[in-house]
Amino acid sequence: MALKYTDKTIDHFTKPRNLGTIEHADAEATEGSPACGDMVNYTLKINPDTLIIEDIKFRSYGCASNIATASIATEMVMGKHIDEVKNMGTTQAASELGGLPPVKMHCSVLAINGIKAAIREYEKKIGRILDEKRVITEKSLFNILKNVINPKHGVNLVDNGNILRVKIDGQDIFIVIGLEPDEEMYAANINEEVMEHLEAMKCSHEIMVKIESKTGNFI
Amino acid sequence: MAQNIIYMDNGDTSRIDDETLEYMNHFYTNSYGNPVSLHSLGMEADENLAEARRIIAGTINAEPEEIIFTSGATESNNMAINGIAEYLKNKGNHILISSVEHSSVKAVAHRLKNDGYKIDEIIVDSEGFIDIEDFISKIKVTTILVSVIYANYEIGTIQNIEEIGSICRERNIIFHTDAAQAYGKIKIDVKKENIDLMTFNAHKNHGPKGVGALYIRKGIKLRKLMEGGAHEFNLRPGTENIPALMGFARSAEIAQRDFEANNKILISLRDKLTDGLLKIDHVTFNGPKGTNISKRLPHNVDITFHYIEGEAILMHLSLRGICVSSGSACSSKTLEPSHILTAIGLKHEQAHGSIRFTLSKFNTEEEIDEVIKNVTEVVQILRSMSSFVPEEHSELISKNAKTFYKNKKAGE
Repeated sequence: MALKYTDKTIDHFTKPRNLGTIEHADAEATEGSPACGDMVNYTLKINPDTLIIEDIKFRSYGCASNIATASIATEMVMGKHIDEVKNMGTTQAASELGGLPPVKMHCSVLAINGIKAAIREYEKKIGRILDEKRVITEKSLFNILKNVINPKHGVNLVDNGNILRVKIDGQDIFIVIGLEPDEEMYAANINEEVMEHLEAMKCSHEIMVKIESKTGNFI
Repeated sequence: MAQNIIYMDNGDTSRIDDETLEYMNHFYTNSYGNPVSLHSLGMEADENLAEARRIIAGTINAEPEEIIFTSGATESNNMAINGIAEYLKNKGNHILISSVEHSSVKAVAHRLKNDGYKIDEIIVDSEGFIDIEDFISKIKVTTILVSVIYANYEIGTIQNIEEIGSICRERNIIFHTDAAQAYGKIKIDVKKENIDLMTFNAHKNHGPKGVGALYIRKGIKLRKLMEGGAHEFNLRPGTENIPALMGFARSAEIAQRDFEANNKILISLRDKLTDGLLKIDHVTFNGPKGTNISKRLPHNVDITFHYIEGEAILMHLSLRGICVSSGSACSSKTLEPSHILTAIGLKHEQAHGSIRFTLSKFNTEEEIDEVIKNVTEVVQILRSMSSFVPEEHSELISKNAKTFYKNKKAGE
């Protein structure tokens, strides 16, 4: 097969664990969108006294690795305290599957972040955290950009050195992304992913993303 | 492994004919000379090369000296677009392509923008046909080249090449067409259809991979891509790949010899597959249909299965021994959905759910039945777990979830 999935990935893809929807769930989240080609929905049962995840189910619209990462993520968080889950790394689902092709690493990010989003909603609901009033700083922008994977290398844009400039100027946010020639084919995808993550902040800022070729060519 | 595979991805590449493969062997082990050599083996190779060129030219009603052999369709497209752009740069800098070109035309044309060329794309209708009014309105005095794909590799739309060609000829604009999918499936006459340059290759018609041609009408000049020796009328340097060229010629002869019979089989299999797949709920048949079905490639079926994603369908089918392709973002190298499907007006999520089946003369009725059965099951499985099934179709989820747990065929 051209896509080199591990046996474990194929196993979770063809026999997904914890599939479905929990009725009257304590927490729920849907991450991604049909337009992007991947969307995962989680429903959780959380013990209010111990804050342990007692049950979790998922539904997925997406590719094989999207289904597999969501499936294994449910196994990874089952029976865990929500604080432990909040500290999980976004690539942990991929590692647990024995690795994913770089171009599929974003599935792991979606799978883990989906569960974290459900937990965040739950914590708000029970008053454990206050409704976030997000102050946008350059540091918080970098943190958001760490959720966007460079498909060529399977590493996030920040650690991969693609973020050339981040600037907040009053109501305007400027982000300049630089791509190597062998990364240029992903320009449209990276642009969409960055915009999707930034728009999810629901801030009132004007966001401007510029993608440049590191060789100075038109992309 | 191969005997258990049902191969329906012939739009990507096809199995070589045994007859052609055997024929090629002779040119690796016996008649293996280089046409430029002056000795007997060289002269023999030179004669073989001329023979291949004569045969290939004959299949499209061209003259032998109008055929330039290349490494395949990608090279031919690069050569046509870059070669004409460079040669005519003093005449104009505007190039028109359709919005449904292969990336070896699209990306090459857009890259020329770095060198000051202007590129416009001609829009297509919902079945992928060129909008002739839009085409004519986009022609400028500076237009030097028009490139329109002969038949679409994804949705099978066959363009009215003769009309597009005559519009270009009247205005003295060079017309290139990428016939990589059309060649061997459609009878092409470059003279009658007003074609100036045409790309085609061998491996999509049961010929060898790594060989193709560019037809260049007598009198059309272009700048060569690579420097080297004076091979191929000083347009394409490098020792000719004689065994592959002989295989190309033989596969072209076979395609021509069996044309009527093959087309009849392909159309019958295509229509049987289409009918079977359209029985599944919530699907869309992409490309020419109904009264336009005669303008569809005989071996192409492209269907969107709503609420699920193509790569997952493809992987499930692959695990069951069925080879197809998808226009979804997740199965593309760039992570973008097929620009062909978005050009005909599909939303991203509709493009993501598309599967392309491209048949060959080696497929059978039994295989079609097997594929319909498996696709129906896989679609049901994926819908049962989908987070994207709308409220009004929730029966797809609940009903099928049970089937899914009982019937765990997928993992075998």
